[in-house]
Order: sequence, then structure tokens, then C-alpha cells
Amino acid sequence: MRIKFTSIVLTLLIGAAAAQANEGGHASWQRAAENEVANLASLQRGARNFMAYCSGCHSLKYARYSRIAEDLKISDETRDQLLVKPGAKFTDYIRSSMPEQDATEWFGKVPPDLSLVARSRSPDWIFNFLTTFYADPASRQTGVNNLQLPGTAMPHVLSSLQGVQRLKPVHKEEEKKEGAAATSNGSGESAAESGHSDSPFEPGVVGSLTPAQYDGFVRDTVNFLQYVSDPTQVERQGLGIWVVLFLLMFTAIAYLLKQEYWKDVR
Amino acid sequence: MSVGLENKGGFRAWLNKRLPVDQFMADQLTGYYAPKNFNVWYFFGSLALLVFVMQILTGIFITMHFKPGWNTAFDSLQYFVREVPYGWLIHPMHAVGASFFFVVVYLHMARALMYGSYKGPRELLWVIGMLIYLALMAEAFMGYVLPNGNMSYWGAQVIINLFGTIPGIGEALTEWIRGDYGIGDATLTRFFSLHVIAVPFLLALLIALHLVALRQVGSNNPDGIEIKENLGADGKPVDGIPFHPYYTLKDIVGVGAFLTVFAIVVFFVPTFGGLFLEAPNFEPANPTSTPEHIAPVWYFTPYYAILRAVPDQKLGALLMALSVAAFLFLPWLDRAKNKSYRYRGLLSKLHLGLFFVTFCVLLWLGLKPADGLYVLLARIFTALYFLFFVSLPFVSKMDGNGPVPTRVTYNAH
Repeated sequence: MRIKFTSIVLTLLIGAAAAQANEGGHASWQRAAENEVANLASLQRGARNFMAYCSGCHSLKYARYSRIAEDLKISDETRDQLLVKPGAKFTDYIRSSMPEQDATEWFGKVPPDLSLVARSRSPDWIFNFLTTFYADPASRQTGVNNLQLPGTAMPHVLSSLQGVQRLKPVHKEEEKKEGAAATSNGSGESAAESGHSDSPFEPGVVGSLTPAQYDGFVRDTVNFLQYVSDPTQVERQGLGIWVVLFLLMFTAIAYLLKQEYWKDVR
Repeated sequence: MSVGLENKGGFRAWLNKRLPVDQFMADQLTGYYAPKNFNVWYFFGSLALLVFVMQILTGIFITMHFKPGWNTAFDSLQYFVREVPYGWLIHPMHAVGASFFFVVVYLHMARALMYGSYKGPRELLWVIGMLIYLALMAEAFMGYVLPNGNMSYWGAQVIINLFGTIPGIGEALTEWIRGDYGIGDATLTRFFSLHVIAVPFLLALLIALHLVALRQVGSNNPDGIEIKENLGADGKPVDGIPFHPYYTLKDIVGVGAFLTVFAIVVFFVPTFGGLFLEAPNFEPANPTSTPEHIAPVWYFTPYYAILRAVPDQKLGALLMALSVAAFLFLPWLDRAKNKSYRYRGLLSKLHLGLFFVTFCVLLWLGLKPADGLYVLLARIFTALYFLFFVSLPFVSKMDGNGPVPTRVTYNAH
């Protein structure tokens, strides 16, 4: 009876957690970022990418250059040459170069701070956002649209690398249907399982990177953003192993001590 | 009980003349007899106390750096987590600790339900416990609002507006709680004051009362029989053992096991798949952008599911309040002769089992959007939830009177 109750409670708790984790199914074109946040080389490349392509408009207002350099093992020289923006000190937080008023004028909104985007969205979300820009003549502002965030105000900043792909006509139809379904029940879950595993895109204007190279570029950038969202995560997990091992040993010893004393209880 | 230190000299005697340290230990620990048949469910009381202390300690360090207020709360918490040494450890301990507090308290309450620990002479012990639970809900809610994340903001909207459904004073009451017409700076500063001073003090007082009441009536046990009714030649309960060293040592094993699980979550999965820390809360509060669907943290969702199951908001809020308050009446709703469900009939066991399932299903439903099948399920399980309390007097009267053993069930090691 006890065992049953315990297992019911546990099963339901774990079930709830799993259900929560799987929240919002994914569409066939969505891919996993498959980034490794412990990979220093990838993080360094990601930092370089971010400073070169993102930091003009987006801030990382909770992250300092110095901390990033320290965590990513970037030398002081490289830090000052490649990481720190002109006019900034190496101990500064990373601010966007664009005045807010100009941003509102140009894009209709201030580009969001990206310090926590990997936690408020997810690494996969950013990966899909950065890989699914496509040419859309209907978008008069930027000439592009995005599958992950339809109607985004962001132009395709990486078009010189990726080129500008076109959405396959079949997918355009599906997008419309899915869009309609999604609005009818208020969630994006119906976008799942459209049955196509191949890319929804066809090549348009060619960029300087191959598709595989571009994915790698985005993966590094996403990886860097995941690091910035929780800069201690690698250190925390490293320490966590020792803490858990210690506690297991402590529990075992406490158990043996308790058994010794409880021998007297008849 | 006299300890007999009069003849001894030294510091200890000096101290005991002035402060009854040894006397207190003898009364409360070595001379306090607890039933020897406690099982794993009896760990959760001491664990709740452990989590309370842990929340106070981690809270002290967060308070040193956290700046309540609309424009400062979110930033100062990020500063604490990123730049204060070990802030990255202390903050998740506090946030995950809140969830574990409820895990432990719910299991502690489930134990009381299974073994009839709320029944006479422990009615007040149970009622004080329920007051602790209510204070804990207030404490957790305000703590959740303080970081001023987007889910904090929208969750607080929903919950504070519930008070607006009270006829007559509702509108004025919500303004009084918020200190403003909307959630803003004034709300956060007063919640901070309540969260770090008023409610923790109240909790400490109630916990002390809970322990005093426990010492007065003695612990119940899985067999639900009173060990005080069966005394040996020495005047001690034959089925009782001194709390110290037996249960202090046993509780330390529980503490070790608990901290292991706790550490695994804190170090490796602090957000617990968005269940302990929700993704929208990593964005600052934004009154113009509503999260995709608003759900409170998991420990409130059973009641939230009941609220949303009712089409009329006023009636929903009333049912929600009733669903929490219903626990208070358990000692008087349960009319069985036997305390423990071990010695009740199959009907009673199924009855209580169904209630546990109902609670968990409602918890899950409260996390889901309120549409389609979910609403229907929420209505069915809301009905089942109240059916438990309404039918308890009859079910317990009917098959809660079987024979009970005179001694507790215990197999020596």
C-alpha cells in the first residue's frame, strides 16, 4: 500500500515534469541546435561571431568583456583587440552600438537584450530562428521573413554568409494551413508532424558559406548565447558531481551508524 | 525529569544552573518517546524544518544584494547570480528550495491523511499545520513575484485579481494589496517586506506551536494506535523509543538522501524542465506582452485548475478557496474509529487513493492551457476532489472500524 502510494506520487510528479519539458511540439523544419556548452573553441568562435554580427544592435547587458574573456580562456591581448568594442573598457558590460531612438525609427522597436535569450527561449529556438530566414517580397521593411518568428522586425543580418533562401511553394501552402490551425486553438502544437523531413527551403541567392558551414557558424553563436545566459553552468555541473558523491557517501555512513544504534530496538 | 547534575562541577554545571540546557535535552530528546514503527513517510516533518532553515539562510544572502523595486529587482538578481561569489549557487538553492518545500509538505500531509494523524487528540496539531501551509503559500507567492520576471508579473495579476471577486470589498482589497492600481514598485517593496520579515516570523511562530502541540500529544504512527496507552513496568511506552539517539540518527539518513536529490536538481536541472523556474521568467516583467499561457508554479496548480474549471470567475474563486480550506475540517469529517488506513476497509483505501490521484491530475491540468479536453477533465476532477470531502463522513463511518492490533507492527533489524 505504502509502496503503491509512493510510486503513484512519484510517477505523476515525473510525468508532469516530462510533460512540461515536452511543452509545444515541433514542426518538421525545426532542428536541434546540438551545441556543446563545454566546448571552449566553439564558445570562442561564438563570441567572435556575436561581436562581429550581433553586437551592433543587441546588448548583453549582464555580461562583462572581462568575465567572458576569463571564462572562455581568451588572452588579454586578443580580448582587447577582438572582443572589446572601440571606446569601451574591458570591465564594461556589453552594450549595443545603436542609440535606442534610432533603433525605434529604423526597426519599429529596440532590439532585445540577449543575455538571457537562451533561457527565456531556448538554444534550439535561436538556432531555428537564425537558420530559417527566407526571401519574402511581402515583407516590405526587410524583404525577408522567418519561419520561427513570422513577421520578425529583424533583417537577415547573416545573408552575406547564408545567402537568401526561398521557401518551397509546397511549404508556403502548409505554412498557411498551419498558421490558421495554430490561431484556431491558440497553440503552435498543430504545426507538428507535417510528414516532411527534408528542408522546406530551396537555394536562392548564394552566400559565402556552404549550408553545413553556416549551420556550424550559427551553432557556435547559439552556444555562446547559452553560455552567456548562465555563465557558471559548466563550473556548476563540475562541482555538482563532487557534491553529490560526497552526499551519497555521507548518507551511506549515516545509514550504517543508524543501523548500529537500531540493533537495540526489538 | 531531574537530570542530577548538582554534584558535578565545571562549566556545564555552571551553565545548567543558569540555563536548563540538559533538562531541555532530557525532556525533548532523550526523554521523549516516539513510536518505533515510523516508516519512510515520517522523514518529511524534519525535512520540512530543514528546508525552512535552508530558505532562511540562503534568503539572508540574497537579501544582502537584492534590490526590490520595479526597475531594480530583475537587474539586481542577475547581478547576484552572475557577479557575487557563489550567487550562482545560492539563488538556485533558494528557488529550487521553494519547490522542494512544497514537495516535502505535500508528502508530509499525505502521510497524515494515510495514517489518520489529524484525528483526535491531534486536531489542533493538524490545524496549526494547515496554517503553516497557508502561510507558506503566501510566502512562496510573494517570493515568486519579487524577481519581477514576466511570469511573476502575470501570475501576480491573476492571483491578486482573485481577491477582487470578494463582494463589496474586492476592488479596494486588491488596491490595498498592490499599493497601487496595478502591480508596480509599491507592490514589490511591500512584498519584499512581507516576504523577508512578516511571513517568516509568522512561519517560525507557527512551526514552534506545531512542535509544542506535537510534544503534547505525541507522534501518531503507521498503525494509528496510541503508544501511551500501553506502558511498561518502567512507565515508558513499550512501543516507544527515545527520540534521541534513535530518531535523530534516522532523520540524518533522511537528510542525506534528501540533500542528494536536492543537489542533483540544483546543480544539474535547476529549472526542472520549466517546472521550478519558468522560461518566461527570464524576461523582465512586461505589462504589454502576455506569456503564451499563464500558469502559476506547479505547487499552486491543483487549485488553479479548480479555479479555471468553473465558468463563473466568482464561483471559481470561491471553490478554489474552499478546496484549500477543506483540509482544515478533516479531523471532524473523518468519523472512523481507527486512525490508520491500514485498518480500514478496501473502500476507504480506494477512496483515499482516488483523492491522491485526483490531486495529482489537477496539478497537471493546472499547468495545461484551459481549452478543449483539459477543461472537461478539470471539471470531472474538481467534482471528484470535493466528492472526497463530502463522502468522507459516510465512507469512514462505514468501514473504518475493523480490529486493530494492540502492539505496533515492527520487525527488528
